[in-house]
Amino acid sequence: MDGQVALLLAQDGIVNGAVYALMALALVLVFSVTKVIFIPQGEFVAFGALTMALLQAGRAPGTLWLLLALAAVTLLVESVRHQRGVAVDWKSTAFWAVLLPSLAALLVLLLRPTSMFGQAATTLLVITPLGPLVYRLAYRPLADATVLTLLIVSVALHGVLVGLGLLFFGAEGSRTSAFSELRLELGGIPVSGQSLVVMGVASLLVVGMFLFFERTIIGKALRATAMNRIGARLMGIPTELSGDLSFALAALIGGVSGLLIAPLTTVYYDTGFLIGLKGFVAAIIGGLTSYPLALFGALLVGLLESYSSFWASAFKEVIVFTLIIPVLWWRSLHSHHVEDEE
Amino acid sequence: MTKRQLTLLAVALLLVAWGFLPEFTITMLNYIGLYALVAVGLVMLTGVAGMTSFGQAAFVGLGAYATAWFCTAPAGAALFGLSPGSVALPWIGLAAGLLLSAAVAWCLGAVTLRLSGHYLPLGTIAWGLSLYFLFGNLEFLGGHTGLAGLPALSVAGFELRSVRELGLLTWAVLLLTLWALHNLLDSREGRAIRALKTGRVMAESMGVDTARYRIKVFVLAALLAGLSGWMYAHLQRFVNPTPFNLNIGIEYLFMAVVGGAGHLWGALLGAALITLMKQYLQDILPSLLGSSGNFEVIVFGLLMLLVLQRFSDGLWPSLARRVNRYLKAPPAASKGAGDALAQRPLPERGSVVLDATAVSKRFGGLLANNNVDLQVRSGEIHALIGPNGAGKSTFFNMISGVDDPTSGSVRLLGRDMRAQASRVFAAVGLARTFQHVRLLGNRSVLDNVALGAHLRGHSGWIASMLRLDRAEEAALMREATRQIERCGLAPQLHETAASLALGQQRIVEIARALAARPSVLLLDEPAAGLPYMEKQALARLLSQLREEGMAILVVEHDMEFVMNIADRITVLEFGQVIARGTPAEVQVNPKVLAAYLGGADGEVTP
Amino acid sequence: MTLKKTLPVLAALALATAAYADINVGVTVSATGPAASLGIPEKNTIALMPTTIAGQKINYIVLDDASDTTAAVTNARKLINEHKVDVLLGSTTTPNSLAMIDVAAESQTPMISMAASARIVEPQDAKKRWVFKTPQNDIMMSLAIVSHMADGGVKSVGFIGFSDAYGEGWYQEFSKIAALKGIQIIANERYNRTDTSVTGQVLKIVAVKPDAVLIAASGTPAVLPQRALKERGYTGKFYQTHGVANNDFLRVGGKDVEGTFLPSGPVLVAAQLPADHPLKKSSADYVARYEKANGAGSVSTFGGHAWDAGKLMEAAVGPALKKAKPGTVEFRAALRDALETVKEVAGAHGVFNMSPTDHLGLDQRARVMVKIEGGAWKYQP
Repeated sequence: MDGQVALLLAQDGIVNGAVYALMALALVLVFSVTKVIFIPQGEFVAFGALTMALLQAGRAPGTLWLLLALAAVTLLVESVRHQRGVAVDWKSTAFWAVLLPSLAALLVLLLRPTSMFGQAATTLLVITPLGPLVYRLAYRPLADATVLTLLIVSVALHGVLVGLGLLFFGAEGSRTSAFSELRLELGGIPVSGQSLVVMGVASLLVVGMFLFFERTIIGKALRATAMNRIGARLMGIPTELSGDLSFALAALIGGVSGLLIAPLTTVYYDTGFLIGLKGFVAAIIGGLTSYPLALFGALLVGLLESYSSFWASAFKEVIVFTLIIPVLWWRSLHSHHVEDEE
Repeated sequence: MTKRQLTLLAVALLLVAWGFLPEFTITMLNYIGLYALVAVGLVMLTGVAGMTSFGQAAFVGLGAYATAWFCTAPAGAALFGLSPGSVALPWIGLAAGLLLSAAVAWCLGAVTLRLSGHYLPLGTIAWGLSLYFLFGNLEFLGGHTGLAGLPALSVAGFELRSVRELGLLTWAVLLLTLWALHNLLDSREGRAIRALKTGRVMAESMGVDTARYRIKVFVLAALLAGLSGWMYAHLQRFVNPTPFNLNIGIEYLFMAVVGGAGHLWGALLGAALITLMKQYLQDILPSLLGSSGNFEVIVFGLLMLLVLQRFSDGLWPSLARRVNRYLKAPPAASKGAGDALAQRPLPERGSVVLDATAVSKRFGGLLANNNVDLQVRSGEIHALIGPNGAGKSTFFNMISGVDDPTSGSVRLLGRDMRAQASRVFAAVGLARTFQHVRLLGNRSVLDNVALGAHLRGHSGWIASMLRLDRAEEAALMREATRQIERCGLAPQLHETAASLALGQQRIVEIARALAARPSVLLLDEPAAGLPYMEKQALARLLSQLREEGMAILVVEHDMEFVMNIADRITVLEFGQVIARGTPAEVQVNPKVLAAYLGGADGEVTP
Repeated sequence: MTLKKTLPVLAALALATAAYADINVGVTVSATGPAASLGIPEKNTIALMPTTIAGQKINYIVLDDASDTTAAVTNARKLINEHKVDVLLGSTTTPNSLAMIDVAAESQTPMISMAASARIVEPQDAKKRWVFKTPQNDIMMSLAIVSHMADGGVKSVGFIGFSDAYGEGWYQEFSKIAALKGIQIIANERYNRTDTSVTGQVLKIVAVKPDAVLIAASGTPAVLPQRALKERGYTGKFYQTHGVANNDFLRVGGKDVEGTFLPSGPVLVAAQLPADHPLKKSSADYVARYEKANGAGSVSTFGGHAWDAGKLMEAAVGPALKKAKPGTVEFRAALRDALETVKEVAGAHGVFNMSPTDHLGLDQRARVMVKIEGGAWKYQP
């Protein structure tokens, strides 16, 4: 392996790592606010990519129907809760279950934008409300359950979404056209504009999330909710809102990730799972709490994958997942973990 | 009819019906049995001991591949000088599979079980995936195409070829396993395993070597999975990697959680439910929704979501509750005569039991404890008080083995306890309670207190599984009952710990500490949050213990309680001892007054 | 017997025979999971198969095994024990089919597999005599590729394939034949269906500069290495396998797959076959039926394997009915015997001639070379 090849592999690893970083970002976000280990994040990525592909092909994506169905069920559930006497936040319900889905339907069915930006915006409009709706239907009833139960719910939801993905998009994959056809030469290796976009967006989002959670009041309020729900409510933090918000952000990040990777590679209905898993690894390296460390973890996984696919491609997965273990061990030694009590 | 009778009846019915059930039902029962075996291991691992694992499918794979290789590779048979096709090969495969599973589990456990919290499930995903890909990439294991042509099992010359015959073996093994694990959980070792879930500190303070126990439970779960893999391989007589991938590993965990992660029968219920549900959906969905799409996965997932929302503890607890209404309670274990447990004699009255000399603890730049001297004598109640942030908790950790001093020494009954774990303290004769009550909420008071006597029993895992520990168990229970009665909680003997008031829970902790027959008792804010009458009762209990010759150290904030009961008081402020002496002396000490009140000002009401 | 008595007896007899008249066909395909792109067209094809043969009604019971061997075996048992099928069709993948052999043999049910490996039917023994398959063996396709390579002066080949049974099987067959023809394999890489990049593998291949690259993958994931190689400036020849023979591959591949050679069953280029080609009529017939039900351009060669299984069944049911009634073990044995002796049955992929030693029955007529030109399949005579 000469320097040229090493650099090319490094570039590949970093671009992949950037995608994993976005996954890790969303996972850390959702976990730190709701204690949910959100395995279906990968499905949001796949749905984002495939929705965009279908829009570019001029067809109505199945995800729109999913969105409308979920919106209808949510409204039903909220009415039932209202009847039972539970205080329902109709403003946020109207926003996520009526306004955004209607806008999305309008864009997809009537306006049918043909510009890249228009289609990207439509995709995000379809994908983002899926987050809060999924939260309300699947997780909110279990807000006080153990982390393990929530994890199992995530797994069940993942199964449902993958099945729906196969239904909507079929078994074969799709690609979209690139945002940027630029081709540069950096240090003697060809770098595509698309990969620069990926790395740029990923870094921006990571920094943005970090600042949001560390420096703003809303961010801190969201974190407080995760640490102690009752305490947060006593302090006047609207905990229900935090669930909506974090899932919406996660879905948005997922949709953006999908838009970013779709031009780089063919995306399938089940591509999300393995990407999500590697993002999960990265998030864990960050202890499920630290964004910068998660970014580091993501880069590590991306680079590891890239180099092992060169050295021993058949054993690539074995190498990546086996080498994670010593990293986890090292990480665990240095973390001051609070005693787990169920 | 009692629960036990109902179980036996169900087993008998199954045996009778076995010959008459249709072939496909038997096939289903076979698979349910195999999955339940793995799920039961998961219940022990995840539900009881609190360690989530997604990687059990890899151990099933190890068991299956071990036997597959020995049975199909000429090199395997040659290793033992047997001809290929020999009847002994599957059994060699079993031994190899179990050994391999245990060895791999031991190694993986040693690394990943140190991972705390969320690192552990991820670690299990990691090696679950890597073992799966390894299976598929090794030539001698048939790669992705797999190994075909495995022979059927032969037991004592009788070949188990059909599903009906092999299913008998599967269910026999499953039922025996359930019996053994039930016995294990219903014993001294079982209590220790349950304690693993609440975290390390409490279990270690009872003398449980948590690291070793965790690995043992992990290996147990791996062995059960390997056993299941062995039977699977000889049922299907073909092995390839797909049944051992992460998705199946996730499904096993699913079965355990949906059935009821904390209950052994939950594993069987979960396995049965999920297996049958999948078949049922496969049959009716095409007629309901048309065969153009693939809705089974979607509907299955949705159903699981609904089940989890309504029964977040799994289905078994609700089912058991309904059934229990019609069952008689089992006869209460008779007190019976029998040997009492061994106990050490209390040290001589007035002798120094716990001796802390010049104990200092530094955390980076913060000096939490600075040259603290303290002695606790038997037959004396010594109180440690001080304002918030004085370093009392840190000191408490030093003298109970939870943490080590930066300098200085701690001696217990004359023995130097430097760098010893808290379970060694427990073994030498120290017992403690916790500031935030750490009980097993859904276990009875009796069970919780019996945990305190852990070090006074000796039956191991195998003895417990085979029910050979009954005499010792009866003695442990008698001891626990004695302590509960002594502490005045006899009416609550069989109540669940979580249903008690906070004050009573604190008393339970004290009873638990007493069950160890310690030489010194360390109490961390025992009176906090107690109403007046209960505080009086506590004070009476402590006095009584003092009369009997126990050495007691109480860390407290409640001045009235402390002044009335303590023989000697040590006062800490900013990590240093600022006063020592009898209550009367301490009360008028100007430094103490300054620390608490900001300056001497008139009288202090006792 | 009086007429009054005979009529009811006759009616009862007629009803009794009518009750046995249904033939049950059990199908297990991988309609979900990693092999879904193979299994879905097969499932769609089952819906096109005849519902009566020789006057008897045919019931198809279709189950999905999610590309998992345990599920395939369970489905097989269910079909045999609960649905009392007379013949098994399935499964889509090699490991699934291998696992089902024991079940089929034990219950004495004939089984027609739609999976690739020759191991499923070779060597013939007491168990495998119950098993037949319809897809061309990889060895036939490998031979086509190697011959084409040799004719084109290719001396060294880089191999990159799926990290599963398909890629593995292809490597084994291809390397055997390549060695015979003196072609060297100088790179052997693997990748996963779900991988998003193959940079490492591709760099390794480019570094050794083979004359040609063979990509052993199925469906649209096969585009990834080809595209990556082109991006890295590889200028040699590209060969794909028959696993990519569907229009989605062209759609996703676009310009990057121009000029690729691949072997395929004739059904892929049915419209371009010369009028006197032995497969022209039967493959065009299948294409027309499939696209009528599923849309123009939707045909996939994998569906063709299911169609051929149906054709074999059609040819065998008649003779079998003469010997025994459906639903009996004798019928299944008769069906097996009949399957073993079919002659000159033309399907979508080839003309079948079965024999006791050859349970595949295909010859050179089952294979054509295709080149991708102008974004479409071009038959190479």
